[in-house]
Amino acid sequence: MSTRKLTGSANNPQIRRRYRAEKRFKAYCIGAVSIAFAIIIAFFTDIISQGYTAFWQYQVQVTIDYNDRAERLGQFALDRDMREVASRGATRSIPRAIDRNPDLLGTTEERWVPVKAEIDQYLKHGRDILEAKHEEVAAAPELPDKLRKKVDALIDEGRIESAFNTRFFTTGDSKLPELAGIFSAAVGTLYVLGITLLCAFPIGVMSAIYLEEFAPDNKLTQTIEVNINNLAAVPSIIFGLLGLALFINFFGVPRSSALAGGLTLGLMTLPIIIISTRAALRAVPDPIRQGAFAMGCSRWQVVRDHVLPSSLPGILTGTIIGLAQAMGETAPLIIVGMIAYIPEAPSGVFEAATVLPAQVFTWASEPEQAYVEKTAAGIMVLLAVLLTLNATAVFLRRKFERRW
Amino acid sequence: MYSEATTEPPETTESVTPMTGQPETSAPAQTAGTADKNVKVKAENVNLWYDKTQALHDLDLNIYENEVTALIGPSGCGKSSFLRCLNRMNDLIPSVRIQGQITLDGEDIYHPDVDVVQLRSNVGMVFQKPNPFPKSIYENIAYAPRLHGIVNGRRDLDELVEHSLKRAGLWREVSDRLQTPGTALSGGQQQRLCIARAIAVNPEVILMDEPASSLDPLATATIEELIDELKDRYTIAIVTHNLQQAARVAGYTAFFHMGEIVEFNDTDTLFTNPREQKTEDYITGRYG
Amino acid sequence: MSVGQTTLLLLAGLIPLGYAGFFLGRRKALNTQAEGIRLHSRPQQYGWYSVVSMAVPAMAVAFIASLLNLLGWIALPSELVLIMTLVTAAAGFGFGLRAIQPSLRARIKLDNLMRWLLLGAALISIMTTVAIVLSVIFEAMRFFREVSVWEFITGTTWSPGDSFLEAAGRGDEVGEGGGGVFGSVPLFAGTFMVTAIAMAVSLPIGLLSAIFMSEYASQRIRGIVKPLIEILAGIPTVVYGFFAAVTVTPIIVDIAGFFGLDASYSNILSPGIVMGIMIIPFISSLSDDVINSIPQSLREGAFALGTTRSETIRSVVVPAALPGVISAFLLGVSRALGETMIVVMAAGVRPNLTWNPLEDMTTVTVNIVYSLTGDQSFDSPQTLSAFALGLVLFIVTLTLNVISTVMVRRFKQQYD
Repeated sequence: MSTRKLTGSANNPQIRRRYRAEKRFKAYCIGAVSIAFAIIIAFFTDIISQGYTAFWQYQVQVTIDYNDRAERLGQFALDRDMREVASRGATRSIPRAIDRNPDLLGTTEERWVPVKAEIDQYLKHGRDILEAKHEEVAAAPELPDKLRKKVDALIDEGRIESAFNTRFFTTGDSKLPELAGIFSAAVGTLYVLGITLLCAFPIGVMSAIYLEEFAPDNKLTQTIEVNINNLAAVPSIIFGLLGLALFINFFGVPRSSALAGGLTLGLMTLPIIIISTRAALRAVPDPIRQGAFAMGCSRWQVVRDHVLPSSLPGILTGTIIGLAQAMGETAPLIIVGMIAYIPEAPSGVFEAATVLPAQVFTWASEPEQAYVEKTAAGIMVLLAVLLTLNATAVFLRRKFERRW
Repeated sequence: MYSEATTEPPETTESVTPMTGQPETSAPAQTAGTADKNVKVKAENVNLWYDKTQALHDLDLNIYENEVTALIGPSGCGKSSFLRCLNRMNDLIPSVRIQGQITLDGEDIYHPDVDVVQLRSNVGMVFQKPNPFPKSIYENIAYAPRLHGIVNGRRDLDELVEHSLKRAGLWREVSDRLQTPGTALSGGQQQRLCIARAIAVNPEVILMDEPASSLDPLATATIEELIDELKDRYTIAIVTHNLQQAARVAGYTAFFHMGEIVEFNDTDTLFTNPREQKTEDYITGRYG
Repeated sequence: MSVGQTTLLLLAGLIPLGYAGFFLGRRKALNTQAEGIRLHSRPQQYGWYSVVSMAVPAMAVAFIASLLNLLGWIALPSELVLIMTLVTAAAGFGFGLRAIQPSLRARIKLDNLMRWLLLGAALISIMTTVAIVLSVIFEAMRFFREVSVWEFITGTTWSPGDSFLEAAGRGDEVGEGGGGVFGSVPLFAGTFMVTAIAMAVSLPIGLLSAIFMSEYASQRIRGIVKPLIEILAGIPTVVYGFFAAVTVTPIIVDIAGFFGLDASYSNILSPGIVMGIMIIPFISSLSDDVINSIPQSLREGAFALGTTRSETIRSVVVPAALPGVISAFLLGVSRALGETMIVVMAAGVRPNLTWNPLEDMTTVTVNIVYSLTGDQSFDSPQTLSAFALGLVLFIVTLTLNVISTVMVRRFKQQYD
């Protein structure tokens, strides 16, 4: 009687079939998670492998000869054959320097300047392939034979070498890829986020306080609540249209300015801050409120002195997450014109500015090969900041999460 | 949570100690007048832990064929935990560890070769809160038989649904609306639907975990009548808080206290002439 | 005087008045108290009261003046506005100080003011919605004055004029009737194609991942898997766009070439797949929430009948969670419809009515962006067409969100 009822699965084809289906289904689930992971890994590997080279740049040692002709055109400060190697941008400031300090005239100076982007690309990606006599040289960046020989010679002399690309962090956009950097975009991002915060944080927290602590349960309150939830799901590009029609066309805020972008993103971030602040306020238990009311506090005093301090970490967490989202946003900013070419960092909120994601977008649409690594490097910086912000939010939540 | 796909979860495989060396005579012998009864489910030296907390201590219990056995006792005494051991529902809780031996018709249900799916189709269960699936009444019942391949063809299935609903005393109330959702029924009807659902798989044992505790008195009476009818065909173990209910429906009663069985006897003897002081205190309402 | 200067001067007048009001008001109250008279409120509340009675009327005057100015009804010179405001402030200042009496219920008045202030903040979100609706409808109406609604909805040729494509660097792709034809069907076809591909990628992966996390994974594994998948939600769309254009598109072209198929370098498949990747975390975390809220008793009921885990999931858990899963799906669709950067960077700009995902297609959002980044004047039909497209997009996504919210609410009511 022993193996009659409970252990017959090995011989029962129907049960065997059901267990096979079970295994298959579980494999699908694990497969889905594995695909998601594979995508994440492929994604980060791809971005990093394309972008890490932008943090290094080849530079060449040149002799700058402050002569008469260089006073008019910086290019003439270099030897004829160096003009083909060194970046045009490196000598652009020479006439101005002479103008400012006429004593320079007639002197010479040794200086390291970036090489042209094509040479940089060739050295980074093309040279090794050529040396390894690989079959697919066609895909690698190439230089004319004469120039290549010259570059190879300069490397042998030690006059071309690779160095950490600090310029990437200290300059703005440039039409010469070897000079382009993220500095002005970073400043623009700070301005925009500052305005977003100034506009969304107080209004968002006040709305949440009203809805959570003051609002009577009536039609108006319900309308506001439904409205906030819907606003959170409106596509960001629609906020761009709003910003264009309202702030720029109606209120006359300058197009492309950090103010226009910041206000637009502020309205977009508002529902996120309201929703997370309400959740934080709701987490404060009622006995705390009742205790304070029992001591004769007015409703506003209860909120100010008891509820807000307890919920502050939650509010900050939500705000950081909202800001991180605003920081990665591009579409509404394009609509309000923040994809202008900005070589110099803006010095005020009314000036034309660009932001990191918009800079990434601008570079991504450039045809030159050299901009691809700039784009990927810009993305790496952007992702690093965003992941840090989100990690901070998670850390804050873990640290201050209070179990009542 | 581990997968149901493997017949035996690793946690329990290691912890189960088959006690085959145990002589048959040491089985619970507290009960008089049971010599002619066939033991359907036999539990020996059952211990159960939730993480580090021990919930059951060395339990021994016989559940006799075609009888209703009631498990009574104060809250948290382990009666529900024990009931859930009998069809291995506790496998679903990762923190649970079980030791000892439970047999169904002499087969160790915790043996590594045992297939829980087959075990559970032999040992059905009805829960405290009615939990019909969010499907039609018909589908609620037809679902498991179809899965287990109990029936061939639509007509057989229709017959089985009707048969199960009749056996659960629900047929007359729902025969004209089999396609309406099971969740639309009243609480008592839902519970009888769950019983019909369990019957449809044709189990040998039905476990009931306080089946009437969420129902009104009238629905409770219907369920109790039903239990009485069902015992001719099935072996039933019922956990209940309600002493009168135990007295009304059960042939045998086990009194649980602090994870141990204090007393097990036929219901009349246990209620009228308890051997233990604790039992007497409990049934006379002095605590619990 | 510029707006900035006026504001500065205004603040230069108001802030000292505010300080003075606070201290004078409090001093008056303290003096009264010193005479042994009982005050209704605390002295500093009287201080705040006089600040408020000075600032609120003054701000109102300045606000109304600038509103009139903006609407173009009456353009008052800013000097006049400045003087009017400061006079009002001074009047309010005097009135506020006079009003301070022991019986004045300053605390209650301040509390009421606070309540109105908070309500005002809460109304801003409503005003945002109203502003969206108004601005989009207003500009769209101007568009529809020149282009018939019927043509816009049913026309299959979208060719807003030469300058549009030239601005986008695609002057060679100008269609036949160069005068500006606005049939939006090809754009919506592209949008729905990209959405369909995105959902075909994200729904199975997202839902199966959610099932894995809530039904199969241990607590520990779940704690690792969930945040990792949610990383995908934190990646900016412009980054996805770069990934689609630079990495995924060439791979698709190569694979299609391997099978002898001809794929465009701005094929719609690539942005579709990448958009699907972006939506995976939405589907998975929303479905995970929903599946977790299915009561355990339902699962136990199925297990007690001798079902395997996958049978329980497929026939009990997922059907019970279906409303929630559908609502997650709808939210995902709404997100895909409105997604901009991925398609701007990786999809085409040529309106193309096709069923072949390897061809290039353009979408609604791409056209909104390109009509607003060219050099046309703001009144040209091309520019205004962006608002007409935006209006349709807004209506569709709003409808999806409302349906999704209602479904989730019904679902939550069922299992609480």
